[in-house]
Amino acid sequence: MSNQAPLLELKNIRKDFYGNQVLTDINLTVHEGEVVGLVGENGAGKSTLMKILFGMTEIRETGGYGGDVILEGRKVSFNSPFDALEAGIGMVHQEFSLIPGFTATENILLNREPQKKSVVSEVFGERLNTLDRREMKQRSEAAIEKMGVKIDGEMVIADMPVGHKQFTEIARELSKEQLKLLILDEPTAVLTEQEADALLASIRGMSARGIAVIFITHRLQEILNVCGKVVVMRDGVLVQDVPAAETNVTEITRWMVGRSVNQGAVSHREPPETRTIMAIRKLWVDMPGETVRNVNLDVREGEILGIGGLAGQGKLGIPNGVMGLYPAGGSVEFDGKNIPLNQPRQCLDSQLAFVSEDRRGVGLLLDESLEWNIAFPAMQIHDKFLKPLLGGLIKWRDDRAVGEVTRKYIDDLQIKCTSSRQKAKQLSGGNQQKVCLAKAFALEPKFLFVSEPTRGIDVGAKALVLEALKKFNRESGITIVMISSELEELRQVCDRIAIVSGGRIAGILPASQPSEEFGALMVSSVV
Amino acid sequence: MKNQTSAGKKVLGFLGSNSVPIMFIIIVAICIPLSGFSPVFLINEIITRMGRNIFLILSLLIPIMAGMGLNFGMTLGAMAGEIALIFVSDWQIWGIPGVVLACIMSIPISVLLGWMCGKILNASKGREMVTSYIISYFTNGLYQLLVLYIMGAIIPIIHNSIKLPRGYGVRQTVGLLTMRQSLDNALAIRVAGVKIPVLTFLIIALMCLLIVWFRRTKLGQDMRAVGQDMEVARDAGINVERTRIISIIISTVLAGFGMIIYLQNMGDMATYSAHSQIGMFCIAALLVGGASVDRASIGNVFLGVVLFHLMFILAPKAGGVITGDEMIGEYFRVFVSYGVITVALVMYETKKRRAKAGMAAQLEAAQREEEQQ
Amino acid sequence: MSDISNNAATTPLERIQSAFRSFGLPRLIIAGMLLVLLIAAPFVGANFWMQITNVLNRFTWNGVLVLAMVPMVHSGCGLNFGLPLGIISGLLGATLSLELGFTGAASFLMAILLSTPFALVLGAGYGWLLNKIKGGEMMIATYVGFSSVSFMCMMWLLLPYHKADMVWGYAGKGLRTTISLEGYYDKILANFLQIRLGDLVIPTGAILFFALLAFLMWAFLHTKTGTAMTAVGSNPVFARAAGINVDKIRLLSVVMSTWLGAIGILVYEQGFGFIQLYMAPFNMALPAVSAILIGGASVNKATITNVVIGTILFQGIVTMTPTVMNNMIHMDISEVLRMVVSNGMILYALTRKTEVTR
Repeated sequence: MSNQAPLLELKNIRKDFYGNQVLTDINLTVHEGEVVGLVGENGAGKSTLMKILFGMTEIRETGGYGGDVILEGRKVSFNSPFDALEAGIGMVHQEFSLIPGFTATENILLNREPQKKSVVSEVFGERLNTLDRREMKQRSEAAIEKMGVKIDGEMVIADMPVGHKQFTEIARELSKEQLKLLILDEPTAVLTEQEADALLASIRGMSARGIAVIFITHRLQEILNVCGKVVVMRDGVLVQDVPAAETNVTEITRWMVGRSVNQGAVSHREPPETRTIMAIRKLWVDMPGETVRNVNLDVREGEILGIGGLAGQGKLGIPNGVMGLYPAGGSVEFDGKNIPLNQPRQCLDSQLAFVSEDRRGVGLLLDESLEWNIAFPAMQIHDKFLKPLLGGLIKWRDDRAVGEVTRKYIDDLQIKCTSSRQKAKQLSGGNQQKVCLAKAFALEPKFLFVSEPTRGIDVGAKALVLEALKKFNRESGITIVMISSELEELRQVCDRIAIVSGGRIAGILPASQPSEEFGALMVSSVV
Repeated sequence: MKNQTSAGKKVLGFLGSNSVPIMFIIIVAICIPLSGFSPVFLINEIITRMGRNIFLILSLLIPIMAGMGLNFGMTLGAMAGEIALIFVSDWQIWGIPGVVLACIMSIPISVLLGWMCGKILNASKGREMVTSYIISYFTNGLYQLLVLYIMGAIIPIIHNSIKLPRGYGVRQTVGLLTMRQSLDNALAIRVAGVKIPVLTFLIIALMCLLIVWFRRTKLGQDMRAVGQDMEVARDAGINVERTRIISIIISTVLAGFGMIIYLQNMGDMATYSAHSQIGMFCIAALLVGGASVDRASIGNVFLGVVLFHLMFILAPKAGGVITGDEMIGEYFRVFVSYGVITVALVMYETKKRRAKAGMAAQLEAAQREEEQQ
Repeated sequence: MSDISNNAATTPLERIQSAFRSFGLPRLIIAGMLLVLLIAAPFVGANFWMQITNVLNRFTWNGVLVLAMVPMVHSGCGLNFGLPLGIISGLLGATLSLELGFTGAASFLMAILLSTPFALVLGAGYGWLLNKIKGGEMMIATYVGFSSVSFMCMMWLLLPYHKADMVWGYAGKGLRTTISLEGYYDKILANFLQIRLGDLVIPTGAILFFALLAFLMWAFLHTKTGTAMTAVGSNPVFARAAGINVDKIRLLSVVMSTWLGAIGILVYEQGFGFIQLYMAPFNMALPAVSAILIGGASVNKATITNVVIGTILFQGIVTMTPTVMNNMIHMDISEVLRMVVSNGMILYALTRKTEVTR
C-alpha cells in the first residue's frame, strides 16, 4: 500500500512555547490503513504533535507552529478540532469525554443525532427537531459493529466498567463517516488484558477497512503486535522511524531513553551505606491518576534517592501519600518512630517536608506575598517568626523576622522579584519553584520530599534548583527523595534511583547504571 | 438470606431517596384528623391550589434539566406576568381574552429578563443558585422603579382605580375581578361538591405533554448534555452558553404564564409583594415532591403540590389545636418551606462530595487481594 | 508567565489606571454618587451637618454587622449570608437580659454576655454544617438563616417570657414584634462621651466601641491563628499541606462571625432604640454583605478598611438619598435605589472570577 500517495504527511513541524523548543523538524508520513505506533517518554513531544495535528486551540493561542501538515495531498491548517474532525481526523483522548448520564448510543452520536423534522421545528428552527431514536440505535450499532468489540448501546455510561467507556469513545469516532485517521492516546491504560486484546483486534479491523491509526502507548509489546511501523520521539525530535517487524522492545527502549551527550554529568557518588532513616511498608495511595500499591522502600540517611517512571504510573503517589495529602494506607517508619498516615501535621512535626509537584495548587499562596509563602509553614509548625505577647498568651506575627528570612532566601536562591512583598502569582514558574524550595528549607527539615522540581521551568532555573538541592543535601546532611519524570535529571542528582511502573516499585539501581537499564524498568509493567 | 438483605437494602434505598415526601405524608396524616376539616373541603382546596400553582412549578423543570439548579430567578417571569396584567386590566380587557393578551404581552418582557438572567448566570458558573437568588432581589428593585415611579408618570396609566392618588405609580393592589377565575370557570364541572377547573387542567396537561415532547427534541437533549458536563458538551460542539440562556428564557416565559394563571385565580394582585415569595413556595413544593437540585420530574411537581399545600392548609389549624395559637401554625409552615429547601440543598452538596470518596477503600481491597494470592 | 511584566507599572499614568482598576468601576460610581449627594445637600436645603450626623449614626449602628463578614470571608467560607443566625443569638441575649430585669448599661453588658453562649453553640453547629458542604456555602448559608429566623418566629411566641413591657398585652405571653429599649440600653453607647458641635453630633462611645472590635479583629488577623485563617481562605490545599486543620479554622471563623453578628445586632438596637423580632432579622444579611463588597472586599478577601469604607459609603447612600432626592424632585426613590445598588453590588461580586488564581 505504500506505493500510493500518503494519507498524511508532516513536514518539518516545529513548535516552541515562549522560546522553549518542544518540537524540532518532525517529518512523518502515514498511509491509508497504516497503523503507526508512536512512543516516547513523557515530555518527548508526542502530545504536542498530536495537538497540532488535531487543531487544538491552545496551539494557536501559544503562537501556532512551523512546517506543513499535508492531508491527502493538500496542505491543511486546522483552526479548531472541529475542522480536523471535518477533514476526517478523529482522536480519542486519555481523559474521557462522555456524558455520564447518557447511554452509550447517546454519547456515540452526541451532537450528531439523526433528527426528525416537525411543524414546530419548521417554525422555530431545527433545534426543536425531535431525535430519531430508532435511527440513532442503528447508527450506534453500526459503529459498535465496525469496532468489533461488543458493548451495550443502551447502557448508561455511569454504570459501565471503565474499559467500555473507552470503547464508547472509539465507537464515537468510528461512527463518523468521514473518518480516515484515528489517533488513540494511551487507550489501553485503563483496559483489562482481555479488553486490550480486543482493542488490538479492533485496530487491525480498522486498518483492514482503510482507516489509518496513530497509536500512542507505553506498552511496547502492543506496538509490536499491531503496528506497521514504530516512530520514536525524544526531546522533541523524531529519532527513529522503522518498520515494527525489524525491531524489538529492548531496542525501542534504548531509543526512548538513550542520551548520547552529557554522560559525564551523571552522579558517581557511591550511595552512602548508612542506616535506614525511613522505611515504607505496604503503602497504598489513592491519588487519582497516580495510584500506587504495595510499596516497600527503604531510604538511607543522608542520601538523595530518586523516584522515576512514566507519568501516570504512580511515582507521584508515594510522596503525596506519605505526607498525608491523599488517602493512604500501610505503614511508614521515620527515624525509629511510626508516622501516622493521612495527617500532614504529624509528618511536619517529625521534621519531614514536601515540595509538591502541583506548585500553583498546593505549593503556593498565589494571592499572598513571598514573605507569607516562605514563612507560613515554619510559623505554624515550629512557632518561628512569632513574638509572644502578654506572657505567651498571644502569638503575634513578627513581620520583621518574616521579612528577614524571606530576603535571606531571595538572596540564597537568587529569586527574581521586586521585593519580598511581591505576590507569588506575579513570579515566573522557575522563581515560584524556588519559593517552594525556600518554604521547605525554612522548615529546617531532616528529610525532604521534592516532587518534579524542574517541571515547567527554564534551563537556567533548572540548574539552580538542582544545585540548591544538592547543596542542601551535602552541607546540611539532609536526606532527600526526589521524584521526577526526567531520568537524566535524576541521574545527575541522585545516588540511587527507584523506578515505579504500573503502580509498583519495579526496581532500584545506582544512578551510575546506564539509561537503558532504567528504561527497561520503566516499561516493565506499564498499565 | 442474600436475597433478603438485598431486598432490605432496596427498601432502605427507596426510603432514603424519598425521605422528604414520606416525611410530609406523615405530617399530613397527623394533621388531617387534628384540623377537623371535612374531606370535601380539603379536596376542593387542593384542586383549586393545583390549578393555581402547577404551571408555575412546571417552569422550574427546564433549568434543572440544563444543570442550572433551582431557578430562584423564576421570580423574574412572575414580575413580567404582573406587568402584563397591570396593562391589560388598565385597558379593561376582560375575561379569557384579557388572560390571553396578558400572556402574549408577558412574553417579550420575560424573554428580555430571562436573557439578562442567563447572561449573568453564565458569568457565575458554579454558583448559579445564589446568583439567581440575588438577581431576583435586584430585578425586584427595577420592577419597583418601573411600577412605582415610571408607570403613570412616563408610561400612561388611564384608570384611577389602578393609579395611586398622587398621580403616578400603581396602587398596592390591582383588582382583577374582570378576569377572576375566567379560566377556572370555563368548562368547570362539579363532582360531588368538588369544583374541577377543567380548562386550567387541560392547559396544565398540555404543558406537561410539551415538556415531555421537549425532552425528546435536539434542544432538550443538548440541555441534558450541558447539564451533566459542560466541557464534554462544548467539546462535542454544543453551544453551551446559548443553550443555558435558552433554558432560562424558557423558564422565565413559563413562569410569566404561570403567574398570570395564578393571579387570575386569586382575583386580585398585590402589586409589590405577589411575586416576592412565589419562587420560594414553588421551589419548596417541588422539593417536597421528591425532586432534588439536579433531578426533577413532572411527577415530583404533582406530588409536591398536593403534599405541600395540604401542609399549608392544615398547619395553622393543627398548630392551633396543639398549641392554642394559630400563629404558630402560620410560622410553622413558613419554617417548613425554608427548612425543606435547606435540607435539599445540604443533601445535594453532600452527595456531590460523597461521590468522590470511596476510591480509597477499593484500592485497599485490591492490595489485600493481591497479597493473599 | 507573562504576568510578571504586569506588576511593574512604570509610568504614573499606568499606576493610576491600575489603581482605578483595582478599585473597581461600581465602587467608583457609588463613591461618586455619595460625593454628588454631599455637594448637593446644602443646595437643596438639607442641613449639611445634620446629614453628616445621620451618616455617622448609621455607620455606628451597622459597622459591627458588617465587621461580622470578615472572619468567614478570610477563611474562604464566602459571604456570610447566614448572618441572621448571629442576629438571633443577639436577640436571645437581649430579650433574656431584659426578662431578668437588668436596666441601663448593665442590660447591655448582660445582653452581650447572655448572647455569647448562644452564638458559640449556634455558630459551632453552623460551622460544622458548612464544613460538610464546602463549595456550596453561600446558598446554604442563606437558607440556614431563613430557616432559623422562621423557627425563632415560633419560639418568640412559645418561650415563657413574662415581662410586661415585652409581651403582648392582651395575651400576657408571646413577645411583641418591637420592644422599646427606653430605660434599658437605648443609645447607651451613642450618648457616652457624646460631642455636640452645633448641628454635628458625634456618637463617640459607639464609634469607640466599633473601633475596639475592629482593632481586636485586626489584631487577631496578625496572630498565628489569624494568619492561618487567611491562608485557609487563600488556598485551603496549601494550608492543609502546611499542617493546618482546615476544618477547625473554618469552624472558628464561623463562630467568630456569628458572635460578631450577635454583638452587631445589640449595637444596632442601642442606636435604633428598639428590639425587632420575628421576621426582622430576615433581610439584615444583604445590606451587610453589600456594604463590605462596596468597601472593596471580594468573595474571599476583606480587610478592616473595606468594612469602614463600605459601611460609610453604603449607609451614606441610604441616609442621604431620601432627604436630598425628596428635596430635589419630590419623589422618594431611595428604597428602590438601595435595592438596586446593594443587590447590583452583590451580583457584581458574584460574577467576578475569583477561582482563577487557585
